[in-house]
Amino acid sequence: MVKLTIDGREFQAEEGKTILDVAQGNNIYIPTLCYHESVAPYGACRLCMVEITNKRGKKKLVTSCLYPVEEGLDVKTDTPRVVSVRRMVMEFLLARCPDSEVLRKLGDKLGVEKVRFSQEEDKNKCILCGLCARACDEVVGASAISLVNRGVDRQMATPFFDASATCIACGSCAFVCPTGAIKCEDIGDTRKLTMPNITQEFRLAKCKACGAYWAPERQVDFFVKKSGLTREEYELCPDCR
Amino acid sequence: MNTSEPKLDNEQIKTMINAILDKYRREEGMLVSVLHEIQGEYHYLPRPALEEVSRGLKIPLTRVYSVATFFKVFSLKPRGRHLIQVCLGTACHVRGGARVRDTIERDLAIKSGETTPDFTFSLESVNCVGACALGPIVLVDGQYNGQMTIEKVDSVLKKYA
Repeated sequence: MVKLTIDGREFQAEEGKTILDVAQGNNIYIPTLCYHESVAPYGACRLCMVEITNKRGKKKLVTSCLYPVEEGLDVKTDTPRVVSVRRMVMEFLLARCPDSEVLRKLGDKLGVEKVRFSQEEDKNKCILCGLCARACDEVVGASAISLVNRGVDRQMATPFFDASATCIACGSCAFVCPTGAIKCEDIGDTRKLTMPNITQEFRLAKCKACGAYWAPERQVDFFVKKSGLTREEYELCPDCR
Repeated sequence: MNTSEPKLDNEQIKTMINAILDKYRREEGMLVSVLHEIQGEYHYLPRPALEEVSRGLKIPLTRVYSVATFFKVFSLKPRGRHLIQVCLGTACHVRGGARVRDTIERDLAIKSGETTPDFTFSLESVNCVGACALGPIVLVDGQYNGQMTIEKVDSVLKKYA
């Protein structure tokens, strides 16, 4: 266990925990977009910046989602420096994705009044945090999408910008996406997955008893493969089982 | 003139890739080296080759594609037999590197980043090749041609065409 202070309050934390873990566990607000408890932290959105003072009295800004707690660490989450850096980051994000409702709300909350930078036109809502790719890889295990290219050409895409062969249409990417850049809709017997660079449609499997479409066929195939059970085990929806 | 893209045989690619993968003992961490070797063989990274690498190294295709698109040295588009790199670093730039590039672009009728239709040349600009005293520099297949002028472009290109 190590002792640290956040905003003047003293906490004990297990070694290996991050500043964000401790703050969130104690109801101290730190804005985040690319963080999700189920996947490894990545430090992409830069909104969780906090100011730390180490033992030698040196102050610096770090991403709280990646910074492991240390003995005697003094963390401040709302110094003028932190506030101004977060506002700046927020302005960049808003300039990139002016259409995102989530970003606008968060911008208001952080006190961003005006975006000084030229705003992207007809852009998607993707902030390139890679959360969808990380969830797809770490949680689902399908690895259907990833960040491709570099620098200004960086994009979220499937390999070769083609329909993915490994996507199981589970919709986890749409669920975790912090800005709503990925959409997942079920229309009749198809699931439509709309991503910034590609829209894919998948057939849904029908429950044998009630006739409801309950999961994409590819996801059922995935269940069968993962569990080692027969396909017959998955003919019914969870409600009819 | 042969104007078609170099034809690739999928079976041949498979054999080639597997030989390369074996050389690197199919280690996941050797991905960049493997891609380098493939590019040395085909001048670019053909899609079937990347798919075979993904299968061979047992890593998702998304990761192979991410890495292949991240580095500037890798090309996913077919490239010509000879690669022309015009240096536009600070020293070459002030000595007229851009004019040399423009001349090559006009002579070959392609833009920087493109390949001639007969797949003889690909042209790209780079940001310093470490021989600033000899600028402007034009590299063809890694061979340095120093103190380039627009007059010399023709004679340099003739050696390869």
